[in-house]
Amino acid sequence: MNDTPVAVPTTLVEITLDGEAVRVPKGSTILDACRREGIDTPTLCWAENLTPVNVCRVCVVEVEGSRVLVPSCSRPVEDGMVIATDSERVRTSRRMVYELLASSVEMDRADREVHEWMEHYGARPERMGKRSEIATVAQPVKVQDDLYVRDYERCILCYKCVEACGDDAQQTFAIATAGRGFDAHISTEHDVTLPDSACVYCGNCIGVCPTGALSFRTEHDMRLAGTWDEDIQEVTTTVCSFCGVGCNLELHTQDDRIVKVTSPSDHSVTHGHLCIKGRFGWQQHAHS
Amino acid sequence: MEVENVDAVVMWGTNARNTHPIYFHHVLKGIDNGARSWAIDPRRTATARFTDTWLGLNVGTDIGLANGVAREIISAGLTDDEFISNATTGYGEFVAFVEPWTLEHTAEVTGVSAEAIRDLAHGYATAPTAQICWTLGITEHHTGVDNVLSLCNLALLTGHVGRWGSGLVPLRGQNNVQGGGDMGALPNKLSGFQDVEDDEIRAKFEAAWDCEILPTNGWNLTQMFEAMERDELKAVYIIGENPADSEADVKHARAMLERLDVMVVQDVFMTRTARMADVVLPAALGWAESDGTVTNSERRVQRMRAAVPPPGQARQEIGIINDLAALMGDDAWGNPTAEEFWEELRTVSPMHGGMSWERLEAEGGLQWPCPTEDHPGSPFLHGRLWERPVQGRRAPFSCVEDRPPLDVLTEEFPLRLTTVRALDSYNTGVQTSGYSSPIRSGEALEVSVADAADLGVVAGERVLVSSRRGAIEMTIGIDLELAVGLCHTTFHFPELADVNQITSDAVDPKSGTAEFKAAAIRIDRLDHDDRAELDEKVGAGA
Repeated sequence: MNDTPVAVPTTLVEITLDGEAVRVPKGSTILDACRREGIDTPTLCWAENLTPVNVCRVCVVEVEGSRVLVPSCSRPVEDGMVIATDSERVRTSRRMVYELLASSVEMDRADREVHEWMEHYGARPERMGKRSEIATVAQPVKVQDDLYVRDYERCILCYKCVEACGDDAQQTFAIATAGRGFDAHISTEHDVTLPDSACVYCGNCIGVCPTGALSFRTEHDMRLAGTWDEDIQEVTTTVCSFCGVGCNLELHTQDDRIVKVTSPSDHSVTHGHLCIKGRFGWQQHAHS
Repeated sequence: MEVENVDAVVMWGTNARNTHPIYFHHVLKGIDNGARSWAIDPRRTATARFTDTWLGLNVGTDIGLANGVAREIISAGLTDDEFISNATTGYGEFVAFVEPWTLEHTAEVTGVSAEAIRDLAHGYATAPTAQICWTLGITEHHTGVDNVLSLCNLALLTGHVGRWGSGLVPLRGQNNVQGGGDMGALPNKLSGFQDVEDDEIRAKFEAAWDCEILPTNGWNLTQMFEAMERDELKAVYIIGENPADSEADVKHARAMLERLDVMVVQDVFMTRTARMADVVLPAALGWAESDGTVTNSERRVQRMRAAVPPPGQARQEIGIINDLAALMGDDAWGNPTAEEFWEELRTVSPMHGGMSWERLEAEGGLQWPCPTEDHPGSPFLHGRLWERPVQGRRAPFSCVEDRPPLDVLTEEFPLRLTTVRALDSYNTGVQTSGYSSPIRSGEALEVSVADAADLGVVAGERVLVSSRRGAIEMTIGIDLELAVGLCHTTFHFPELADVNQITSDAVDPKSGTAEFKAAAIRIDRLDHDDRAELDEKVGAGA
């Protein structure tokens, strides 16, 4: 009896992916199918521990019979679907998305793969105009406490932080999008400071931010001091020292000091999410 | 995490939203997936806000409530009779025992409405899968063990145990309190929960370890303090514990520690206990500076890995203990690594037998029992109760009496104090005072609106808080949702408010755990320079 129930047998559907006939489990997304088949696909607003919100459009693919490109991260496969992931139309669209984002947002701290994809598609944000002459989201950095920093000059409005704070993980709902059109931005209620908001400082928003808009205060301070160097940082996986849940921690260390803490998003205990003690309690170490 | 797919979940005496936040993420997924949910707690906690129903029982009436729920399940015919007749004992006696616990009587004792008790009984019993989760709201009572047994009764009545999705879930408070016990850091157990007083077991360990093991159980912490009082215990070696802050009736505990001839403290921090010691052995942090394993609440053994070197003279605890053994004249230990220790454990602890170091690495942790290398580990226990005929001992019903807290409320001490925990802090604050939390509220004695009005105190006012053990000054906070007569405080800031000077010294004789959840206190106003100003505030508020 000490066995988990046998998984429901999966039904397979047949699709054509970039000209190849493949069979994938029913209920998979096109993105799942691409990953299964080894077709590398860019994403920005998708994360394995969050529900897709389809806002960035960088993962779009062409589906035969569909008038518009479809987001692969959320569209489930259907029997007989014919999908092109590398057509001219797809490449143009993905390039445009990167160019539009990078023309108004500072992308220098985005995940490394973002830059690799931009290069892959030949994205040239500068063709939208000179930074000094076009509208951007440039604004002062928000430093309101000792734990983390919000630098919305780097925000692409991917909603990941909102999802992690809200119903995908933390259920705190301290932040949401406010404003419309180009003025849309991530905000606390009535734009109060973070310490005055509903925020409980789990830092799960930092954990999912793909562009460095949200970061640890330690990282922010080290960058200001010019000492932040990811190339020499090491990551060690261990277990949190507080309650009995057993959250896995990834300790990012530089010069024998912990500089930030994350959690693996594929671990069954945390799904990448932590609480304030796990994510920031390590600063005890600095005082020991 | 089975709770994500459960049909009913009862959070009984646990504010997991604050104390086990990431476990509660899984509970929230379960609720989101349609599970019915109840929170049972004297306070309307952060956890209670997320559940369908909050049952705000009187402090220390958990057994009464469980007995009432049991009687309702029985009288409504919602029992799992096949399970009861095949897998349990003592049912007939139990039915007679809980007979007086009608909904009306239970409501009167617990302060919970009959309708809510009925709803809990029916919802829990009729759910295809159901779990009861608890923490210290159940165990930190003089009836702690009986409280747990009363919850076990509910699982036995309904068959909500030993099946995937159903079970009894004690959420452990420390990252390795499970693992410590598993390794034999208990007065009556050797590694793998094997009984010290079992001759065969002891012989196995004596052969493996080439030494003689005392044939009798040792003392638990409470018994050690009693032995100090009798001057039987004269030397202690304390590893990673801060009893000079954490014990109930802490003034007494400190006096006992001061009587000792020798006190050695091995810790990561210079705690109050360490400052009292004759010798302090600075240790490396477990989770960031040492290699080894820890075991979580779901019995999952996971690897801990060193990421940074320990500061100054601090050393890995394995090395400290090895050197001590050598100094005591036993140099056969050599200098084993964490992995070598683990591999030795596997040879003496059957439930860890299949967990090779490689598997722990490759599979990201394994849940015991895992007896052989081809065993996948066990997501839940007690599955044997569903085998027919049942293998091994049947599970007994327990007839446990509802007994109110021992620190009784009187005219002199009319208020009930219960200690609680905040999201951003941990126990006596040793591990959490080092980081700057923007949500830290500091120490406060939270009282209800009505009691504040009665006492004529305002939020922020310093008051004298007394119990039968002692008196301390604290700052008043007002909790808008608190029941009349109830007060609560954390104990995270002993340097600011030495809360354990006033907590109850009543102890559960079965577990040795003190009744931190139920002290009787009184609050007295202090003479302030700004008395007139405060009085004006009180007047304005009234």
